[in-house]
Amino acid sequence: MERGPIESLVHRLFAGLYGIPVLGWLIPIVLVLGMVALAALVLIWLERKVSGHIQSRRGPLHNGPHGLLQTVWDALKLLVKEDIVPSSADRLIMLMAPFVVFTPAVLVYVVMPFGKGWTVANLNIGLLWVVSVLSLGPVGIILGGWGSHNKWSLLGGMRSAAQLISYEIPSVLALGAIVMMAGTMSMDGLVAAQDQYEFVLTPPGLIAFVVYLVTALAELNRNPFDLPEAESELVAGFVTEYSGFKFAIFFLAEFANLLALSMITVTVFLGGWQPPSVLFFLPDSAQLPGVFWFAIKTTVMVFVFQWIKWTLPRLRIDQMLNVCWKGLIPITLGNLALACVWLLLTEKSWAR
Amino acid sequence: MAEQVPVAGQTQVGGDPFEEMLVNMGPQHPSTHGVLRLLIRVSGEYVEDCRFHIGYLHRCHEKISESQTYVQNIPLSDRLDYVGAVPNGWAQCLAVEKLAGLEVPARAEYLRVIAAELQRIASHLLFVGTMGTDLGAVTMFLFGMREREMVIDLLEAMSGARLTYHYIRIGGVARDLPDGFAERAVRTLDTVLSRIPDYDDLFTNNRILRERAERVGVIPAQTALEHGFSGPTLRASGVPYDVRRCDPYGIYDRFEFDVPLGSNGDVYDRFTIRLREIEQSSRIVRQALEGIEGVGGPIRTPIKGRFRPAPGWAYAHVEGARGDVGYYIVSQGGDSPYRLKVRSPCFGNLAGLEHLIRGWKIADVVAILGSIDIVLGCVDR
Repeated sequence: MERGPIESLVHRLFAGLYGIPVLGWLIPIVLVLGMVALAALVLIWLERKVSGHIQSRRGPLHNGPHGLLQTVWDALKLLVKEDIVPSSADRLIMLMAPFVVFTPAVLVYVVMPFGKGWTVANLNIGLLWVVSVLSLGPVGIILGGWGSHNKWSLLGGMRSAAQLISYEIPSVLALGAIVMMAGTMSMDGLVAAQDQYEFVLTPPGLIAFVVYLVTALAELNRNPFDLPEAESELVAGFVTEYSGFKFAIFFLAEFANLLALSMITVTVFLGGWQPPSVLFFLPDSAQLPGVFWFAIKTTVMVFVFQWIKWTLPRLRIDQMLNVCWKGLIPITLGNLALACVWLLLTEKSWAR
Repeated sequence: MAEQVPVAGQTQVGGDPFEEMLVNMGPQHPSTHGVLRLLIRVSGEYVEDCRFHIGYLHRCHEKISESQTYVQNIPLSDRLDYVGAVPNGWAQCLAVEKLAGLEVPARAEYLRVIAAELQRIASHLLFVGTMGTDLGAVTMFLFGMREREMVIDLLEAMSGARLTYHYIRIGGVARDLPDGFAERAVRTLDTVLSRIPDYDDLFTNNRILRERAERVGVIPAQTALEHGFSGPTLRASGVPYDVRRCDPYGIYDRFEFDVPLGSNGDVYDRFTIRLREIEQSSRIVRQALEGIEGVGGPIRTPIKGRFRPAPGWAYAHVEGARGDVGYYIVSQGGDSPYRLKVRSPCFGNLAGLEHLIRGWKIADVVAILGSIDIVLGCVDR
């Protein structure tokens, strides 16, 4: 596949500079971090716009064109606000919590294939890395809930722990079916395995996609699973006592996670940076570079997550556990068997 | 405190001192609907015990009324149930009119009905919205507020105010309808009713809402009666008590309307019954708008000289948006009442709830509390 000028430049940044020890790693890291921070600003604006239009409002309008600068001013406001720490709080743990939440949210991007060959580190256990790193986030939430010395925060932290062990299992099992079908855990390999058709178009892939969407909502603490910070019940859950910069980090982490999970969904189920297979009739000359397809698909997924959030009410904690343990786990276990049958039928070998 | 009656669905939890936590829910909590303070003992997520602490919004309404004249007291009533203000003023005016033997002109009776029913619609729309936020559906809140705004605009056109209307006065009402009000009102009501199917799609028939609200916070009819519940909260338990029907005041006996009843007395019933009351109230408003066309004449019986009712007492009650609003007024022939006592529907609804929310989860407490639609201004007085 021919590379366009921009694509080849970035490709050189990602791949060509690996020879220079520090610079070769530094540039992609700075690029990714900058991308996450910038994307979070845009996503917060998008969230407000989407929620506004769903609620027949207009969302932010006055700061910048269509309120684009609203988030910037908000971030500045949070940065200059007083950082209040309750006198009985555990200062160290309370300070650690936002960063424990934020770090995994950024680390996930290390294995993300933004385009063909555009991966900071192409681990052969990419998906395992994603799953294990993402499950660190709730540890920070529990720390924050415990460290703030507030009963509402503690309840939020407890809920987060209960939620973690419930959604993580169906989530991994859903991804397991895909790993079986692709025969690899590398994120690049997963994209390559979808060169004919996306996994979401196969029966086991579709089931896994729906289950993963549900667990991703739980992972993101978004409606209908926003139990750890359930505003009407727990005041603000684990963020009740946070203000200023630390709150901003929590906020940033939330949107970094939203973006990360959208990207994972796109990579694993929707063909990653490849053009959608339903558009096979397009001539090659009309194809966009991979990163554009990736961006378009990610934006659509982000919108889907926001759409769900602003439509549904919140489940109760026991109902959430029921959904995960009694609903999703049996479905995903059955789906693993279905994936085996599918593999036999389509005569794909286990190892490529 | 009465012995706790076990109710189906409630979970009995043992008191483990290491598992228990005393949580102060309110007065500054997003979903206690004002300044209610709940002292709840939780074991994990389960509520083992609950105590209501009220009085954060106490404004000595009854005592202040003893030092003001009858006429000066009327605007105070708007501040009780400030989300459904019109019926409060109506109850107070009815009591004073009974005391003084004042007649209300026919046109004013129609205007009172129109204002009170519009107020009921506005109040129920707010309830629909707050129920949404209580259950985590913020979009529902904005939808409820959007429609409430249009109804409030109508009330503003009638009275000039948007929250505390002071519309119903002793012997009549404050103003007549503005020009073209009837068409505008009918148009608005049509819009509001056309949006209710949207609510059904988004919220009422939502699987998650039904899971959260059905069979949750069940108030059996007998318990509801024993604790003095009233209004939609009581009717959701299946008791057909509506002051407009059982003890008609004003000209309510001239209108055709149904009294919607629930069957289970759960949160879901209390939610849907208010949606159906919006429809019934708009029926009444339409009939009143038709009826008022042929009725001319004054809108208020003038009070001559100093208003000093003869010694005696009077009690009048009306169906407010939240239940039975009653005013008991004792006169000793002076300028101001000797004693004024308010029967607030919210207080009755809240007081009976204390032991009913034991054994539910914290999330259910919010739902149950939201479902009786309390206004703390009405509870504390």
